[in-house]
Amino acid sequence: MEEMRYEAPDSLDAAVAMLSDAGEAGRVLAGGTDLLVQLRAGMVHPGLVVDIKNIPEVRAISEEGGGFRVGAAVTGAELGEHAGMCKAWPGVVEATELIGSTQIQGRATMGGNLCNGSPAADSVPALIAAGAVASVIGPSGQRDVPVEDIIIGPGKTSLEKGEFVVSFKFPDRPAHSGDAYLRFIPRTEMDIAVVGAGVNITLDDDGVCQAARVGLGAVAATPLLVADAADALIGSTLDDAALEKLAAAASAACKPIDDKRGTIEFRTKVAGVLARRAALIALDRAKEGR
Amino acid sequence: MSQALKLDDDEQDLKYVGTRPVRPDGVDKVTGRAKFGADLHLPGMLTGQVLRSPHPHARIVSIDTSKAEALAGVKAVITRDDFQDMESEFVPAGEMMVNYRDVVRNVMAREKVLYEGHAVAAVAATSNSIARKALRLIDVEYEVLPHVIDAVAAMAPDAPLLHDDMMTEGVDPKPDTPSNVSKRVEFALGDVEKGFAEADVIVEREFNTKPVHQGYIEPHACVASMSEDGQADLWCSTQGHYVVRTHCARLLNLDVSKIRVTASEIGGGFGGKTVVYLEPLALALSQKTGHPVKMVMSRDDVFRATGPTSGANVWVKMGATKDGRITAAEAVLKYQAGAFQGSPVQPGCMCAFAPYDLENVKTVGYDVVTNRPKVAAYRAPGGPISEYATESVVDELAKMLGIDPVDFRLRNAAREGTHAAYGPKFGPIGLVETLEQAKAHEHYNTPLKPGQGRGIASGFWFNIGGETCVTLNINEDGSATLMAGTPDIGGSRASLALMTAERLGIEPEKVRPLIADTSSLGYNFLTGGSRATFSSGMAAVEAADEAIKEMCARAAKIWEIPEDAVVWEDGHAKPAGDNAGKFDPLSLADIADMAGKTGGPIGGAARINAKGAAPSFGTHMVDLEVDEETGRVTILRYTVLQDAGRAVHPSYVEGQYQGGAVQGIGWALNEEYIYGEDGRMQNPGFLDYRIPVASDVPMIDTVIVEVPNPRHPYGVRGVGETPIVPPMAAIANAMENATGIRFTELPMSPPKVLKAIEDRDGG
Repeated sequence: MEEMRYEAPDSLDAAVAMLSDAGEAGRVLAGGTDLLVQLRAGMVHPGLVVDIKNIPEVRAISEEGGGFRVGAAVTGAELGEHAGMCKAWPGVVEATELIGSTQIQGRATMGGNLCNGSPAADSVPALIAAGAVASVIGPSGQRDVPVEDIIIGPGKTSLEKGEFVVSFKFPDRPAHSGDAYLRFIPRTEMDIAVVGAGVNITLDDDGVCQAARVGLGAVAATPLLVADAADALIGSTLDDAALEKLAAAASAACKPIDDKRGTIEFRTKVAGVLARRAALIALDRAKEGR
Repeated sequence: MSQALKLDDDEQDLKYVGTRPVRPDGVDKVTGRAKFGADLHLPGMLTGQVLRSPHPHARIVSIDTSKAEALAGVKAVITRDDFQDMESEFVPAGEMMVNYRDVVRNVMAREKVLYEGHAVAAVAATSNSIARKALRLIDVEYEVLPHVIDAVAAMAPDAPLLHDDMMTEGVDPKPDTPSNVSKRVEFALGDVEKGFAEADVIVEREFNTKPVHQGYIEPHACVASMSEDGQADLWCSTQGHYVVRTHCARLLNLDVSKIRVTASEIGGGFGGKTVVYLEPLALALSQKTGHPVKMVMSRDDVFRATGPTSGANVWVKMGATKDGRITAAEAVLKYQAGAFQGSPVQPGCMCAFAPYDLENVKTVGYDVVTNRPKVAAYRAPGGPISEYATESVVDELAKMLGIDPVDFRLRNAAREGTHAAYGPKFGPIGLVETLEQAKAHEHYNTPLKPGQGRGIASGFWFNIGGETCVTLNINEDGSATLMAGTPDIGGSRASLALMTAERLGIEPEKVRPLIADTSSLGYNFLTGGSRATFSSGMAAVEAADEAIKEMCARAAKIWEIPEDAVVWEDGHAKPAGDNAGKFDPLSLADIADMAGKTGGPIGGAARINAKGAAPSFGTHMVDLEVDEETGRVTILRYTVLQDAGRAVHPSYVEGQYQGGAVQGIGWALNEEYIYGEDGRMQNPGFLDYRIPVASDVPMIDTVIVEVPNPRHPYGVRGVGETPIVPPMAAIANAMENATGIRFTELPMSPPKVLKAIEDRDGG
């Protein structure tokens, strides 16, 4: 029968060595909430599974240069219990906490959610909006990659053979900043995003938007960073006119498909609605002085 | 025994019936001790797996199993060649009928595969991974044929034919060319043309519903073990182990006595576990290998290969006078049967207008085969589809006439003596009571907030009785053991213990109710048609009466007085008549303790065909809110009012009401089979086949109305099916109230709702 080897190295170097030896047959296991399901369904047949959870760097949350660095295999539950991240990046935390049930939250990770490559991954639009940068390690060493450049198609990433994500660096958080993530699902939980929208803004002392980033999920082959949507907000107080422009830009950026989860028409319309609603939540949070 | 059928006087104090003790199977279930279908492990057990068709419709040219059989660890492979063909013969399965010629083809494809997921071969191997590998080594050559999924499309003259010999029954003259319409049924009363001529307003609408699955959490599972001399044990998750035994004996050509079936605890059935899929395959594999064989479906298998209920097209026309009297009602129902004939279109027709007292009514139904899994029973099979359509039209008529929808229903409601459109005259029924209580309910009188909508709808289901056996043993310490043969799918053991305790006059905790295997009791029809508490309860009371008669005889013997001079009161034998007060009463425990000396063990048994099942009517009320920017619907409040006859254990009656409402909410809002152009199901899992999760629904309020059934010793009506009938119309009516849009397609999923809102707004 097909044999599968499981390894759980305790250093980045050891993991890199194992993965580069395994080549195409190697798979990284973080929380396993996608990989184990795919294994059981017979969708993947890896020869080697490298569990990275024994590596200290991928499991830690630390402060770094005024911002935070979060290990790729930190679980949703752990992230939700980190006061600093909850205060600085509530949108990222709420997006990550939407992955699966309470039980799944004890395992699911942002790194896994990203590298699974799903266009509908909940944490990814929020990470993109946050401007998070992935620290990637592999046979050729370490490199920094903006999150929006990781997923290049459904189930496909820009990671080279033997590479994996170690951690995410979140930028410094100026005063009057806020972020938020909303997704549309027909149910209330235990579901997959039909549309996801993450918005991150920084206001000046007068409440005028100085910086903005908007990420969308499940509306194209990859999660999107939508510059036009951000531009609609910058320079405004997020008044109705700006929010209408934001919604229009978000809808315009969509290149969705018709599938079992929603129609093109539906996803395009709802992307605008959610972007507007998320922006209003981000605005409230920014005004609270987060 | 006529005594068993005596209705306890309504005024009589019932000591245990109507109370809420902890259910006898409760602790085992919450501690994980309960054994479900996949929990049995036997020494030397093999694992069985099924090769399923990737095509919705294809002729099987050849099957080559030689490579699979040569794989180390593979003990047997079976195909169509391992089952003999069967003659056309219809037998009851729940409220539906099956034909053995179809059953043998459904468990293992013969000439053709008729749906994606249709079983083509099965293997028994020493491990799951070997079995999986063996399936990949079976070569099946298919000649792919055009397929058809939708019922209306399947009725078109040029539609691909599933069965070359299917001539529509019920049309005169009988057609001489085959079609996908297996039969036409018609029920009529009065003259609808005359009735429509008398109407001041007429509403005519066409509705479409999607197939929905019962969604039981436990997949089908069984273990079969057959010895060299042909004696077999089968352990499985089923609503009817006797029916499984009958089917398996027929398919494997064995004597019924050779097969003993034990029903495991069941993780939901809702009608879907009334037919056989894996069981005959596991027995055949065990027969071939000499080992026990376990087979467990995946969720994917459950969706692709087991019976949901029909998707349908329903046309309804109803007319009424200005003062709110319905003058005529007409409907045409087209139901998908799946790959083999036998949709629930007939009960669908019979239910369609059952809540109303109508002079002129006509329903016509068509049973249509399509390239989908054969439908199975699902709670009130057929009723929810037709009554969704008719109750939507009733609501629209009430609105056009400016009459409150409850008042409109009350003006036309079926009552005792109403001649039902499908034939019988109703006895005492509780529809009017549910409507009156709905109208008086605080829910109905609480104002809605802007943007919210409220809907109501009523519903009906027949309920059945049928063949039932129980045995009651009075144990030597004064406790009692009740063996019943209707698998407990909704708390029936608790109810049976209560009725037995009530009759015997001992505490319910002293009665241990068990579901016996098929060799320990006479034949029991399956748990379906909401019959278990009704029928097994009737039989338990009769068995208790037999035990009581014997205990009175023992007391008479001890006291040396005539048997008819002893009465049974409050758990004691007491001397009566001239002897009253002459002897101290003897308790059940006293008599049991002396049983060895007075004639031997004491017990009772009943073997009955339970008659007198009575219908249950219900009325549902729902408040909801629509997010007009996304089409998302939130159920805010929900109240079920239903006639239970008498609620033996009210918690489980309420549980049935709540469960039906929740399944109906899923059916109304999100559940549907999604097929690609290739005829393959795209959402065979709970991620994309969206049954509601707990946080999707509010606490469902319940009101138990009790209009006792005079034909049952404790007034019981079946309650398990009616609760799934009204939700779809109640929700559609609330949607209309909230948005002004009449939705005529299920599910009312967000993309559809948003599109309708945009169309309404001219966008």
